[in-house]
Amino acid sequence: MILTRFFLGGFDRGITVLIALLLLLALIVPILHLAVPPTSFFHIPTFIVALLGKYLTYALLALSLDLVWGYCGILSLGHGAFFALGGYAMGMYLMRQIGSRGSYGNAELPDFMVFLNWKELPWFWYGFDNFAFALLMVMLVPGLLAFVFGWFAFRSRVTGVYLSIITQAMTYALMLAFFRNNMGFGGNNGLTDFKDILGFNVQAPETRMALFSASAVALCLGILITSALVNSKYGKLMIGVRDAESRLRFLGYRPESIKLLAFTVSAVMAGVAGALYVPQVGIINPGEFDPGNSIEVVIWTAVGGRGTIVGPVIGALLVNAGKSWFTGVLPEFWLFALGGLFVFVTLFMPKGVVGLWTSVKARWRAKPSAEITQPAEAQT
Amino acid sequence: MIAGAMRALKVIVFVLLSCFASASLAWSGEAEIRTSIAQLAAAKGFPEIEKIVKDLAALGDPLVNPALTALADGNLQVRKSDNAVFITRDGGSGVVLIDPITGKEAGEAAKTDVVKIKVNNNLRRIIRDSLGNLTLQSPDTATRLQAAQTIFRNSDASQLVALDAAIASEKVSAVRTQMELARASAILNSDRGDDEKVAAITLIKERGGRDALSLLTAIEAKTSGLVKDQAGAAVAGIERTLTFWATGQNVWYGLSLGSVLLLAAIGLAITFGVMGVINMAHGEMVMLGAYTTFVTQDIIRESFPGLFNWSLLIALPLAFLVAAIVGVIIERGIIRHLYGRPLETLLATWGVSLILQQGVRSIFGPTNQEVGNPSWMSGSFQIGELDVTWNRLWIIVFSLIVFFVLLIALNKTPLGLQMRAVTQNRRMASAMGIRTPFVDSMTFALGSGIAGIAGVALSQIDNVSPNLGQSYIIDSFMVVVFGGVGNLWGTLVGALSLGILNKFLEPFAGAVLGKIIVLILIILFIQKRPRGLFALKGRAVEA
Repeated sequence: MILTRFFLGGFDRGITVLIALLLLLALIVPILHLAVPPTSFFHIPTFIVALLGKYLTYALLALSLDLVWGYCGILSLGHGAFFALGGYAMGMYLMRQIGSRGSYGNAELPDFMVFLNWKELPWFWYGFDNFAFALLMVMLVPGLLAFVFGWFAFRSRVTGVYLSIITQAMTYALMLAFFRNNMGFGGNNGLTDFKDILGFNVQAPETRMALFSASAVALCLGILITSALVNSKYGKLMIGVRDAESRLRFLGYRPESIKLLAFTVSAVMAGVAGALYVPQVGIINPGEFDPGNSIEVVIWTAVGGRGTIVGPVIGALLVNAGKSWFTGVLPEFWLFALGGLFVFVTLFMPKGVVGLWTSVKARWRAKPSAEITQPAEAQT
Repeated sequence: MIAGAMRALKVIVFVLLSCFASASLAWSGEAEIRTSIAQLAAAKGFPEIEKIVKDLAALGDPLVNPALTALADGNLQVRKSDNAVFITRDGGSGVVLIDPITGKEAGEAAKTDVVKIKVNNNLRRIIRDSLGNLTLQSPDTATRLQAAQTIFRNSDASQLVALDAAIASEKVSAVRTQMELARASAILNSDRGDDEKVAAITLIKERGGRDALSLLTAIEAKTSGLVKDQAGAAVAGIERTLTFWATGQNVWYGLSLGSVLLLAAIGLAITFGVMGVINMAHGEMVMLGAYTTFVTQDIIRESFPGLFNWSLLIALPLAFLVAAIVGVIIERGIIRHLYGRPLETLLATWGVSLILQQGVRSIFGPTNQEVGNPSWMSGSFQIGELDVTWNRLWIIVFSLIVFFVLLIALNKTPLGLQMRAVTQNRRMASAMGIRTPFVDSMTFALGSGIAGIAGVALSQIDNVSPNLGQSYIIDSFMVVVFGGVGNLWGTLVGALSLGILNKFLEPFAGAVLGKIIVLILIILFIQKRPRGLFALKGRAVEA
């Protein structure tokens, strides 16, 4: 009863509609893909399914960033790192599942280790043949990194752009590290050539559908958790940290603990998104740590509307659909468009698509909307 | 592979030498050599060949070098049909025949048509000795020097007599010094007395360097008594000197990297320090500067080739202008609307950086552009064991000039005064009648322009591509954040210390790991001092 209230207390119409749509998607897409014959108009081809599945994990990543940026005022430029770490944990599980089917036929070692002449599995690969352990690591590794990093950063009151820059340095350092061959994560090429997940072929349409539905459900869960968090008393404190950190501290709260919780939860969500992303695209490499990727996540969130639950999801879907379209039709212009989007959104649409929609609606009804938390302009 | 190349090189040198010799100086006559070489075809058994080799060597003519070298390498063959002797190399349908004296190609032959003149190890040694003798007496200074250096490295005791003779007749002092070193090295491996060996060690110790170190280490290992002690002391002495120079080299590389970081970060320090604006497009300003250099050089190459050595000096003001104008446009167009919202500014300027990158990529293409080094920036010179390249040296000098000019500009000019006032207390400055928006524009233009100038310098040592700026942006941030905002000295100290730290970590951590360690150290450092090394103090900080 208390739990139900905790989870459903913050529901507004937007969130309900979004969750209903996502669940519908999780049902309809597999049916249209598997049951409808390929000749039919309603058939959804494989590449669209793969694309949609990828977008859903991106949406979860954007939502995780929104939790810290939109509600807590921490602009992390390193969320891609948590995403990639989760992805690597899942990738390691998938690598272990290849077994002796690799090019070198070594049952114990992944191909790249045989290639590098390694004799035995490094200690940090132990346990990854177990799915439950891998799932735990998917959440634990990013969560732990975020906890340690945040504990140091927030305690010494590193805020604003300084924090943004050191998160960027963090993902940059991780990228350099993962590019090294002797780190034991496949170096430049990353992890790929996956075969099975839980005994099912990752390439099989049924597995793809399951992964797609899992992504949709995970996104719904993410939405539930985020909305529960931000609508609880703790959520009010997060917004307090965002809008007036000093005042909150004077009132006797500890902003660093509030931020640390948000940062850690958000990193875990990003890790889960990464773990769902990897089996669907079939590869994880150090390029995912690129600082540019992390900043792109920020723009998804900004386009959709930060400080809202629905916004980041819409933003991630919109921007990535745009990216897929642009890179297909006008590849040279995608960076112009993306760059322009950054400038345009920050200048003219600080509240994103959702903010635009609310203000249009408000003007139409000629009364102020109180439904959605308006993100105030960050002070520093 | 290298040995093969060396051998080929040697042959080429000898061939050139022989051409030179036959053209101008007639020592003993080509005919005589030709007869001797022809005898090789009929020689039966090793003793006969040995006699011919000694006869050839006795002529003292460098013309015999190619033939002897080929003989030792097993490349001297006899054509079965007419018993003519040729140097051969694989090629064509079988082997290519080369005249043993002139070095000219003389047709081809099938592998079955020629037969090799066989040599054994004893013969090879005799040939090598005679060759060493010949090269030590060669008329060409470079050949003599090289021969002496080879003997020094191999410390070949069998060459002692030849060396003594060569030293006696040597006129060029540099070559003689090298020959004496070679003699000392040879003595160490011979059965001469201890006092001679000790004198040799002293001589070699004075020369120092890696060759001397490995030579003396080997001697220390296989001798005993006085010589061993002396060699040991000499090794320790040389190692100390080498360590000293290695440290010097690291400091130099570090300074060089630090000056690059300084150039890249100093503009950022100004914009961030004064305006609190993180300009993510800063790296692209550097890139624009580099591309301005490229375009300037292109125009100069086509229209005024005589001015090429001046191209960088001409590019400097142009790069400053281009970057400054783009900077003002960004400031007036975008950043102005976002003051007080640093996170949004960061995002918007990131967008600008993407647009600039793609713009340059669309105009100039994604590949690296060739930017030439003027003559005064290419090449290098040596200080002791230190290798100093001119372009690195100039970049260090240049970055310091930029730094101090900027320091003077900030401290002694009216605009500088206004900028500092705005940095310290924007509202009070405004209340005192300073036009803060104008100062902001000028500051941004100045910071961007300096980034453009940095691009001119970096075009000399880095690839000029649309991604040029990206590779510097994170490093520049680290420098500014480490050094502290609003203080140029902090940027200087930050850049140089990060550069040197990086280069000192590299030898034992590797380049990538070294960089990671530096990043982690900075992240930890910011925990300790969130406002950097040289933080502004007082009320202004919290404003």
